[in-house]
Amino acid sequence: MEKTIYNAVCTICGCCCDDLEVKVGDGKIVEVKNACAISLSKFQNYNSEERIIKPMIKKNGEFKECSFKEAAEKASMILAEAEYPLIYGLSLTSTEAIGKAVELAEVLGGVIDNTTSVCHGPSLIGVHDIGVVTCTLGEIKNRADLIIYWASNPVFSHPRHLARYTIFSKGKFRKERKERKLIVVDVRKTATAKLADIFIQAIPNQDYELLSALRMAVKGEEIYLDEVAGVPVNKIEELADLMISCEFGVLFFGLGLTMSLGKSRNIDAALSLVRDLNEKTKFLIMPMRGHYNVTGANEVIAWQTGYPFAVDFSQGYPKYNPGETTTIELLTRGECDAALIIGSDPAAHFPVSAVKHLMKIPVITIDPHKNATTLISNVVIPTAITGIEVEGTVYRMDGVPLECKKLVEPPLGLKSDEEILTEILANVKKLKG
Amino acid sequence: MSEILIKNGFVFDPLNNINGEKIDIAVKDGKIVEKVSSKAKVIDASDMIVMPGGVDIHSHIAGSKVNAGRVLRPEDHVKDFEVKTKITRSGVGYSVPSTFTTGYRYAKMGYTTVFEPATPPLKTRHTHEELRDIPIIDKGCFPLLGNNWFIMEYLKEEKLEECAAYISWLLNAVKGYAIKIVNPGGTEAWGWGREIAYLDEEIPYFNVTPKEIVRWLCKINNILNLPHPIHVHTNNLGKPGNYVTTIETMDAVKDLSKDGEVSIHVTHVQFNGFAGTSWLNLASGASEIADYINKNTHVEIDVGQITFADTTTMTADGPFQYILYLLSREKWVNADVEAETGAGIVPFRYKKSNYVNAIQWGIGLELALLIKDPWKIHMTTDHPNGGPFTHYPKVIAWLMSGKAREKTINKINKNAKRRLDLPGIDREYTLYEIAIITRAATAKSLGLKNKGHLGVGADADIAIYDLNYKKLESSKDYKLIKKAFKRAAYTIKNGEIVAKNGEIVDSSKGKIYWVNSKVADDIQKAMLSNLKTKFEDYYTIKMENYVINESYLRNSCMLNVQSEV
Ligand code: SF4
Repeated sequence: MEKTIYNAVCTICGCCCDDLEVKVGDGKIVEVKNACAISLSKFQNYNSEERIIKPMIKKNGEFKECSFKEAAEKASMILAEAEYPLIYGLSLTSTEAIGKAVELAEVLGGVIDNTTSVCHGPSLIGVHDIGVVTCTLGEIKNRADLIIYWASNPVFSHPRHLARYTIFSKGKFRKERKERKLIVVDVRKTATAKLADIFIQAIPNQDYELLSALRMAVKGEEIYLDEVAGVPVNKIEELADLMISCEFGVLFFGLGLTMSLGKSRNIDAALSLVRDLNEKTKFLIMPMRGHYNVTGANEVIAWQTGYPFAVDFSQGYPKYNPGETTTIELLTRGECDAALIIGSDPAAHFPVSAVKHLMKIPVITIDPHKNATTLISNVVIPTAITGIEVEGTVYRMDGVPLECKKLVEPPLGLKSDEEILTEILANVKKLKG
Repeated sequence: MSEILIKNGFVFDPLNNINGEKIDIAVKDGKIVEKVSSKAKVIDASDMIVMPGGVDIHSHIAGSKVNAGRVLRPEDHVKDFEVKTKITRSGVGYSVPSTFTTGYRYAKMGYTTVFEPATPPLKTRHTHEELRDIPIIDKGCFPLLGNNWFIMEYLKEEKLEECAAYISWLLNAVKGYAIKIVNPGGTEAWGWGREIAYLDEEIPYFNVTPKEIVRWLCKINNILNLPHPIHVHTNNLGKPGNYVTTIETMDAVKDLSKDGEVSIHVTHVQFNGFAGTSWLNLASGASEIADYINKNTHVEIDVGQITFADTTTMTADGPFQYILYLLSREKWVNADVEAETGAGIVPFRYKKSNYVNAIQWGIGLELALLIKDPWKIHMTTDHPNGGPFTHYPKVIAWLMSGKAREKTINKINKNAKRRLDLPGIDREYTLYEIAIITRAATAKSLGLKNKGHLGVGADADIAIYDLNYKKLESSKDYKLIKKAFKRAAYTIKNGEIVAKNGEIVDSSKGKIYWVNSKVADDIQKAMLSNLKTKFEDYYTIKMENYVINESYLRNSCMLNVQSEV
């Protein structure tokens, strides 16, 4: 029997498009409408060979399949015995599961961190320093006449961002592409840059200088240089004039800004630029959050602990100091003695120094798929996929929460991240007494 | 289920006209009952006072802006944290406490019900997620409707019934409790970086005025028979001379009062009670406002008392928060929400030595002391705007003791002291009146029939404070008052002891209140068929995904309300 599920939320990128039409037949997804190419490929391949179906425990260097109960017990034991365990990942799961992970970290006296640590961490640190002038994406769809993507290439990373929320979207006050101007600032001419009315190519790692020059220009101060970051000063002044004279502008920024030289200083400059612009016009800023619920991870951790990521419970209360309590630093200093990774692949993405330590300590992975981290794990617990096989709440990049749907049944016996974490938590509480 | 007998306490239960009499209170299965069996646990409340659990009508405890406030201010948390215990989760506190800490701290003070007064409908799922995590207390939230595009369009087209049906649908969809209006039209104008200064000024593109919005929503509130009146944060908040706008707003709905009943709740009036024409000659407009309220029956207020704290201001009044940022040059968060509302957050430190802050402090207390009928007053600090809710005991002491006030008056800015009427006011609140402004009046205003009193059938939400009523000389004993209200000897929630001597002993989950409003099917149908296309035009999510199912709420408590359409 076939059925169609309407208005399903896509659990891939931070756009969280909520208009997917998913046709299900024979318990399988047969067609997905409204999805972008990335989304389509995920919906087609979610149940590929990379899928793990059975929990596994490593014995003498070899994985042995086991029951859920055994895997959860082994994982609980490892965690309960650890003095300073790390829980990491969490941007590819529901807020309900994240809440459980926070409690687990607290009970264990360990650290909870999410992938923000290695992507938009500097954006949040920028917010601690400066604040942020922002809005929901619909404000941009309805009002924006100037859109800037800075060090971000949504055509590849967030394919429907432009159509749903920015230049190609149809809003109450802006109906067409020609009512909006698109500016792209990047180190190379990206696919997004090709769509831009103005493309500004900057020298890599000089965003801070360029943003500072723009701030000066916006304030009407003279810049006694010919060029900054490879951009002629008259072009910078032109750009500043455009920003000031728009009715409603927005600056989206990507990892090219957060992870290039200067990191949170770059973000400080961008946040300050936008804040200053509000003395002259309406201007807003938003980070292009990557994974579908990385924003949710920050939200849950913040409401439960006060801080958005990298929270250390070793003193019995939430402590936060990015650079000290962040995952890469903890691993590089060799401090944690066990790790629980949920929906993330640090072994593939972290610097070698961090991965080396990860290989020395017991690692538990909760993930639907095989990856580099599952390979180095001691316990692997496969799960049902949020937004396909189980429901749950996710937060779009602008903080709009959505409830994603269950579309099909998970492979027999697979549980949700939330259920597994609940079980481990209960075991750990028992073990810890 | 458990039985409790509270013996020998001096009971303050204004809704039942009980003023300090020694009455035993019996509790069974979460309710107040006539009597209990001999197996009941006995609490000896000799030399103590017994009140219904505190009901807070306006406290920003959950949702997107509160969480943005948390993220904005790690420095707020470092100095005030709570360590995990066997019963409680850890957390951080001070001006924007984390969820668990919020619940515990309220319970420790004898509060058992708290309403979050500003939730952007589009993000109310977030508010409910946080409310689910806040332990012990009962909760609910007020959706922000004063800048809603659909409502302004219905108003322009004069489609009253359809608009009522839309609001009824919206309250159901997001599981909200009351109509909240913040800076009507002004937050929409802020979407373009503009402001609205007069009640009769037209809102750009929508061609309706703030006054029309307030009246419109008041009418709809009446039509829908909602349990709480419109909850209004007026235009021009935080601006010198704004007491005029406040009185104009109150007066705008005077004729809409049904039989002289309250038709408007004006919130945190301290922030809207400024006389003077600039920051230099700022003065208190409390006496003018109090005078208006004393002469009219259709209006009630909450105070928004400031408490001289380092705090985090947060409102849906985006343009006001921008002004505050310009004044303070502190860090600033702005968060506009499509087709609905906005929000702003700025850290702020109220100083006794600061002229403006001292006047503000005076305005709050003058309001509470000059308005004669305590049933028209609700005690709040507009947490965290005027100060954290944990400062309530301080506010109670100021209200009950002229000496406590005098002590602070002597420390405030000298010019402010000269310009305030406060030093000449000698009224002191009684415990009975405190019980009114912190529980009885609030529960009544919220239409919560089983709360705010200790009559048979009421929810067994009870606070017992270690304060010897017979020996109390409130003017002199303000330190004792502060101490007692800070740490309830017992807080009983739903018939269970949850806090004892200011420590949490049981961390249960409270209920979530929401209004299930119903309008006639045909009107609802007609409204929905029009709404759908417009919804897709204005929003970036599907209408279906806007709706929050009841199962999403933990301990949902639905209040059925039948409308007149
Ligand atoms: S843009 Fe992102 S959320 Fe939208 S369909 Fe593509 S991958 Fe999914």
